[in-house]
Amino acid sequence: MSDVVERTLSALPGLLGQQDPGAGPGGGPGRVSATSRLGGLIRSITALSSKHEEEKLIQQEQTNLKATVSAPTTTLRLMKECMVRLIYCEMLGYESSFGYIHAIKLAQQGNLLEKRVGYLAVSLFLHENHELLLLLVNTVVKDLQSTNLVEVCMALTVVSQIFPREMIPAVLPLIEDKLQHSKEIIRRKAVQALYKFYLIAPNQVQHIHDKFRKALCDRDVGVMAASLHIYLQMIKKNASGYKDLTESFVSILKQVVGGKLPIDFNYHSVPAPWLQIQLLRILGLLGKDDPRTSELMYDVLDESLRRAEINHNITYGLKALTYVIQQDPNLALQHQMTIIECLDHPDPIIKRETLELLYRITNGQNVTVIVQKMLDYLRQSKEEYTIINLTGKIAELVEKYAPDNEWFIQTMNAVFSVGGDVMHPDIPNNFLRLLAEGFDDEKEDEELRLYAVQSYLSLLEEEDTFYPQKFLQVMSWVLGEYSYLINDGDPEVIITRLHRLLKQTFVTSETKAWIMTAVTKMSSRMSCSKTVDKLIQEFSTSLDTCMRQYAFELKHLCENKELMKNLFPLDASCDEIMVDASLSFLDGFVAEGLSCGAAPYKPHHQRQEEKLSQEKALNFEPYGLSFTSNMSSSGFTGRQSPAGLSLGSDMSGNSAELGQKETNCLKLDGVRKLWGKEGYLPKKENKTGKEDKTQPVPQDSILTAHVVDPPLMQSEQQVVSLSEEEKEKQQLASTLFVGLGSNSTISLMGRADIITQKLKKKSKISETQNSEEASSFQNIATLPFSPLPDTTPNNKENFQGNEHLGLRKISLSSSEVLEASVSFETSQSVTEVGLDEQLSNCRLSTSSLFADSNIEVFQPPQNVPDIVANKAPLSLCLPEELAGHPHSEIVELCSSDILTVYWCKVWTDDCSRLVLFVANNSTSPLKTVNLVFESAEHFKIFESLSCHFPVIEAQSMESCQKCVQLEKVCTEGVLSGSISYHLDTDTHLEFSLTFSLSDFIRPMKMTTEDFGRLWLSFSNDVKQNLKMSPSQGSLSIALNALKQKLKLHIVEIIGNEGIAACRLLPSVPCLLHCRTHARTLALWFRSSCSALPDSLLYQCQKVMEEA
Amino acid sequence: MIKFFLMVNKQGQTRLSRYYEHVEIHKRTMLEAEVIKNCLSRSKEQCSFIEYKDFKLVYRQYAALFIVVGINETENEMAVYELIHNFVEVLDRYFSRVEKWYVMLNDQEVNDNSHYHLTKTNTHLSFFFQSELDVSFPIMFNLDRVHIILDEMVLNGCIVETNKNRILAPLFVLDKMAES
Repeated sequence: MSDVVERTLSALPGLLGQQDPGAGPGGGPGRVSATSRLGGLIRSITALSSKHEEEKLIQQEQTNLKATVSAPTTTLRLMKECMVRLIYCEMLGYESSFGYIHAIKLAQQGNLLEKRVGYLAVSLFLHENHELLLLLVNTVVKDLQSTNLVEVCMALTVVSQIFPREMIPAVLPLIEDKLQHSKEIIRRKAVQALYKFYLIAPNQVQHIHDKFRKALCDRDVGVMAASLHIYLQMIKKNASGYKDLTESFVSILKQVVGGKLPIDFNYHSVPAPWLQIQLLRILGLLGKDDPRTSELMYDVLDESLRRAEINHNITYGLKALTYVIQQDPNLALQHQMTIIECLDHPDPIIKRETLELLYRITNGQNVTVIVQKMLDYLRQSKEEYTIINLTGKIAELVEKYAPDNEWFIQTMNAVFSVGGDVMHPDIPNNFLRLLAEGFDDEKEDEELRLYAVQSYLSLLEEEDTFYPQKFLQVMSWVLGEYSYLINDGDPEVIITRLHRLLKQTFVTSETKAWIMTAVTKMSSRMSCSKTVDKLIQEFSTSLDTCMRQYAFELKHLCENKELMKNLFPLDASCDEIMVDASLSFLDGFVAEGLSCGAAPYKPHHQRQEEKLSQEKALNFEPYGLSFTSNMSSSGFTGRQSPAGLSLGSDMSGNSAELGQKETNCLKLDGVRKLWGKEGYLPKKENKTGKEDKTQPVPQDSILTAHVVDPPLMQSEQQVVSLSEEEKEKQQLASTLFVGLGSNSTISLMGRADIITQKLKKKSKISETQNSEEASSFQNIATLPFSPLPDTTPNNKENFQGNEHLGLRKISLSSSEVLEASVSFETSQSVTEVGLDEQLSNCRLSTSSLFADSNIEVFQPPQNVPDIVANKAPLSLCLPEELAGHPHSEIVELCSSDILTVYWCKVWTDDCSRLVLFVANNSTSPLKTVNLVFESAEHFKIFESLSCHFPVIEAQSMESCQKCVQLEKVCTEGVLSGSISYHLDTDTHLEFSLTFSLSDFIRPMKMTTEDFGRLWLSFSNDVKQNLKMSPSQGSLSIALNALKQKLKLHIVEIIGNEGIAACRLLPSVPCLLHCRTHARTLALWFRSSCSALPDSLLYQCQKVMEEA
Repeated sequence: MIKFFLMVNKQGQTRLSRYYEHVEIHKRTMLEAEVIKNCLSRSKEQCSFIEYKDFKLVYRQYAALFIVVGINETENEMAVYELIHNFVEVLDRYFSRVEKWYVMLNDQEVNDNSHYHLTKTNTHLSFFFQSELDVSFPIMFNLDRVHIILDEMVLNGCIVETNKNRILAPLFVLDKMAES
């Protein structure tokens, strides 16, 4: 490098010196003198060889710059050069805030180029909320009014880059005017500025929506294109509001594609490709889930597709193909050899894209090959995200298209061992569910289960083999449930193997619980077993209290085989269990107890209260919720170890706890029951699905060999003399692409239909699975250990839970129909809805690949409570009684030449106070100044809505304060009002200010016990799972963020669970329970106010997004 | 949406950076170091898109200079890939019109990174990509102007203008006025 630089530098004097007689005025490009300060800096920078050198250089440079920028003699031209040097310093990572103010000054005072560099520096140095930004507003206003178009342009550019939200009203009318300007560039930049305003303050530009339409219809392409950015955002928020524009967008796209634009919009002879993309994005959003609107687009989309050349860049081609294939699988056939080559591509990213493509063309005939390819890739992959993604896809394909039992089990084994504990918990859940529910054919089901049992037994045969916990759990469940199917095997052997596992150190206690369950189930079918006895003995003294509990339970059960058989009926995992919720069978027992002088039953919370009042003893009461939260699909892992954690304390004989334990068990039963009755529907569906599923099996091999599509045959005939390698590839191609294309469906007519149908049913099933599987899975594991219920303090709650689940299911089923038809089927029977969905996929949803993204993230935060606005004079200070409280920055609210109003929020313990300062800037006293608030929907202002100042002396200031309360819960609301005064004439100034929910939230201190008590007494709750970004990491980081932003009080954090409390002023409590699991944060709010949990959840989401 | 736009040389030194969402200065240097490490670790046969953390990188290499753009998943990689090239073509047009330097340099073939083919009309790009010169030199000496060009093309992380004449028009006016 240094060598290159040296040569460069030696060449420079010749190059630069000639053109630069000491940096002429302004200076065109390259006119920076190599001997100037900037030239020197650049030279030094290129010669840098170590970080240390760089530090020294920049420090020196900063010292020089500091001196230069503050020297009064520094000319604007030199200042411009200084700015570029400052840009360098910051670019290399050295903050140079001392120069920021000078950048603003340069923008203010410089001539054109200097001004532009000033603006540039401002936009590079300052961030959206930087306080200095306010100083720029005046300059911008001045430049917007300039007669020099270049200045107007610059001002518009900087406004669309960075502008303080509160000052939008100051420039908005000016910018609106520019929309009618005769020059294209001005109109275009005005639209861009409005786009910025829309991003940071959508409400402020609401009134000019019709002007956006005008911009869309502008005679100039550039202006129209600029307006598309706004439309994309608006349509994203509310697609239904803009359906009427579909035809306009279509006709624009038609013109673009048809080459009607001026020639300089072409890029390498493609007409305005970026504009096309933007239009397609918009059309995608408009056409989503709406066949009627989509209909309007088909023509033009077809046209765009035909004109689009498949690019050379391989991934792009693949990506495009991936999307296009959903519409027309024939396309994949045309490119099959390319795809095959991509499979062996050295670049893993391309490989993965290829697999993504193959995933979309999978059918019953090529599934084995494609899944094999995916597994190969999976085995090499180390990255968690890839594993999660791919295992999910494989499991989906396997479930849909598995040709036979053997392959099904084997492939799933591979998925479980590779996917391990990172894969999505739905995968084992769905697998077990499939196994348990079976299909219509009892015999077939048994074979499948038997095969599973056998394969697991052989896997467990080897000692010291490591399997992921999830896999072990699956194995133990299957063995416990179905090992009886082995006729010739000795159950003793199986138990021995499970026993061996129990002693392994790598097996977690959660998995051990599963294994114990399996052992228990199996021992119910045997008269006696040495291994079981040994196991009981061993674990009766275990230090692990859960295991000890299980051992004792098993011991007692073994003593009563009859009861045990009743408890563990054969193959009954799908049967309903009727629960006598009223516990009538215990009436006699209770009556007897009472007559013998036993204390009458006390409800749960009463007992707790008494306990609380008694002493400050350690509380083992887990505030009664953590074990019920498994209704959400993702949030159940780690909880299967059935109530074990709390059971530990039961062992010590604390009888008061018994009730709690039973509550837990009961709850599960309740969920289960509902699941059994109403959840029966998908099971039936499943049964009909099985018929189809098995059908393709025998045909598979024949089809692969003979039914090759015409295009494929052609290609084979064309290349007769193929090399061996080529032939191999061809062969691979024919196995991969079999069953694709329209021609193949002719010969396979019947089958293709069946596949589609099957798919529909399947997708229905998987929809409902998500919601139910968690609970059912849980039950399977825990049920055997549930003692019979004898008290039901929380019964009511269970049923609430049930209703909740039921509701969710209803809402799910309504979307099923759609979902089902969206299946990317390879046959030609793609319905309109399907096609329509695909359209939107086409351009928009890379999100299907890279899930969980939200562009909002990159928008400036819209709800930052501490708004930065015009810095108020330093003399402003809060009244004494408020001085000690936290408050927002004092900022300008509105002003005229005569008078300025500043404001801030003060957050005291009992209310949110609004403090207003009215400053008289004039030299004469102001009389009768009246400040009046309009009554607002959501807020209540205490005492009165107005504030009256009889007189404000010249150059002095008055203040008033109002207590604001949130009357109706909302996330954000505006208070507006006006101030009027009389000096010569009547003047009236209007203002508005924003309060958000967080202004009215205060921490609520309480103990864990209090929390538990309150929690049970609240009925309004809201639950939601939020994704956490990796940087948000642990629960405590997330909770702390919430604490800071929302002023919550963190009650306690235990492991991955935490509880927090807050109150809405004056005293409406709201409780939060949160739990982290695999990058999701499960939030659960409860409050006595119905609207509060919802709004708080929204605030939390915002905080998490911003963090 | 575009998150940042970087020009970095092979030694990992940043030659231009523009962020479209606020990133603390000290975090920028770390990010840039990681980004360039990612790009350098890839061979020319590998594709120009990298998944990196929660976003994606799209990069092109011009001799020793990398142009790397960070995008989120709502952005179209290919659109950005071509945007980079369009940007380079704009720079080329700007400098070739105002500068005489390129005449002094021979028309050497651009160092093609094999995934795309430059058309013949682009050969004078070699001005930038002369392997003899530090390719970022003209950019460094005209950092302000390169920024101004970029500002015309990308605003708030959106591609706002791709028409070369329109991108350059304001800058040409500025130069002309400064000259007179």
